[in-house]
Amino acid sequence: MGRYDSPAALAALVQPHQVHRDIYTDPEVFQQEMKHLFANAWVFVGHESQTPNKGDYFSTHIGTQPVIQVRHSTGDIHVLLNRCPHKGTKIVIDRQGNTGKFFRCPYHAWSFKTDGCLLAIPLKKGYQNTGLEETDSGKGMRSVGDVKNYRGFIFARLADEGMSFEEFFGESLSSLDNMVDRSPAGRLEVVGPPLRYMHHCNWKMLVENQTDTCHPMVAHESSAGTAVKLYEELGLPEDAPKPPAMEIIAPFMSPYDFFEGMGIRTWPNGHGHTGVNHSIHSDYSAIPGYFEALCDSYGEEKAKAILDENRHNTVYFPNIMIKGPIQQLRVFIPIAADRTVVESYIYRLVDAPDELTARTAMYNRMINAPTSIVGHDDLEMYERAQEGLMVDGLEWVNIQRLIEEDEDFDVEAVENGTTERQMRNQFHAWVKFMNMGQKTEAAE
Amino acid sequence: MTVTRESLIDFIYDEVRMLDEGRYTEWLDLWLPDGHYWMPLDYQQKDPINETSLMYEDMFMLKLRVERLNGARTFSQKPKSRCHHVIQRPFVDEMDAEARRFVTTTFMHYVETRLDEQQLLAVTARHELALVEGRLRIANKRVDIVNCDAAFRNIQLLP
Repeated sequence: MGRYDSPAALAALVQPHQVHRDIYTDPEVFQQEMKHLFANAWVFVGHESQTPNKGDYFSTHIGTQPVIQVRHSTGDIHVLLNRCPHKGTKIVIDRQGNTGKFFRCPYHAWSFKTDGCLLAIPLKKGYQNTGLEETDSGKGMRSVGDVKNYRGFIFARLADEGMSFEEFFGESLSSLDNMVDRSPAGRLEVVGPPLRYMHHCNWKMLVENQTDTCHPMVAHESSAGTAVKLYEELGLPEDAPKPPAMEIIAPFMSPYDFFEGMGIRTWPNGHGHTGVNHSIHSDYSAIPGYFEALCDSYGEEKAKAILDENRHNTVYFPNIMIKGPIQQLRVFIPIAADRTVVESYIYRLVDAPDELTARTAMYNRMINAPTSIVGHDDLEMYERAQEGLMVDGLEWVNIQRLIEEDEDFDVEAVENGTTERQMRNQFHAWVKFMNMGQKTEAAE
Repeated sequence: MTVTRESLIDFIYDEVRMLDEGRYTEWLDLWLPDGHYWMPLDYQQKDPINETSLMYEDMFMLKLRVERLNGARTFSQKPKSRCHHVIQRPFVDEMDAEARRFVTTTFMHYVETRLDEQQLLAVTARHELALVEGRLRIANKRVDIVNCDAAFRNIQLLP
């Protein structure tokens, strides 16, 4: 019996205004998250443009589970557990490739169709009358519980049964819609490999930071503040083109009232976004030809509506963030209670000018690379917190900024942009999906 | 000055020594104003603009990076990182004395350390150098990390 193998023990870690440090530091809580939360939730896998042709595959993780996203011979995308049902060998270990019409395990040459079905076993007569077909090993590569391709983004639920994709995301899909609609063709394509950045902290710290609007002007003063100072020293005329760094990095120094006014919206099941009214992406310079291309596709009214959205960070619970205005997606892949790999992808807007991709690539490297002067200070804060949480006798983490009595996270809400309501919303969903299905087990 | 193979090789040795000793004002002064420091993300990457790189920095960004290292509120540099280059003898790939343009390739081991952590990167640096007003300057520098696809910890100083 572990401390955290009961739903009640896990639920007790979350109070309306604070959460217990074990949520970030305890290996058993982490194991429970992988077993329940990451099985019950819809988790991002990849983008369809990473596997454009039949037989193309891409390997990644859902929580700590190794999975393969693969384009099947019928053209649809399947998500399979990356394990030979025979001895456990991982079927693919490269990050992407093409497997042709079938997967073949390199250990004993068991082969599987790209939907996971068992195709052939060498010297199969050795299994005659042994009942192999009755075992899990005889059933081929296992698929995840359910897969959804939403406008090119592949999500999966590991659990065979549970909440539908539509119910899980609800109205929050408007952020993904806006990102895709920004392409005149209504289609995105992945650009290059993701940035990969190793953090020695819990994955949830990174997710919470996505809607933490009280840290940029403090933690990033050394980069954004210094950028503003250097720019002033240049003494350029006001109408001269600004260095690109000023457009990307300087908005991080915006004052508190800017972030208060930007607003935060939360949706049920732990999703939410900053930048309801404006954001640090609002004042990017216009790219010639882009608005015209959008108008041709959508008409002027809808084109304007698409570009008027300047949502800053949208968190899709449990572990991704997207930036619609710059077509970036970051996935926070949990490895252990104190280990997280962050992968930052960018996408090209099909049929839009290349300058937009150039700005997106610039944002990605300036802000989210392991070489980024902005990222350095974020990582420093997370890891100091991970170490500081070891202090005994002071074991709760505060999340009560702008808390209200009896908050109802099952309804959409828009609040002051510096509220920590989205963090509370995530923990409300955390308890819900951690305990989903566990109650059934307990009743049996 | 007359540019010889030896003067090009000495230039590369002097540059990494400046970086290891933290003489950044001198180091920035080596650069031509329109130069770029490029660290690709992808193996054999061709395009620094329309794909993600680890770095693709103009002089404004490089000055910002250097200035930040000494800031009072640069939290990730409290305490400061230190670095150390071990380089092989640079290859002189191109010597165009008439155009005053020179290209070298240098294999290096780059070590960066802070607190209890130390990381080792194997890198290849390609320098485009130019002779301007009688002295060698960096026109562009490309640094390829051999394990560019790995999940890195912070890389805070300059390979």
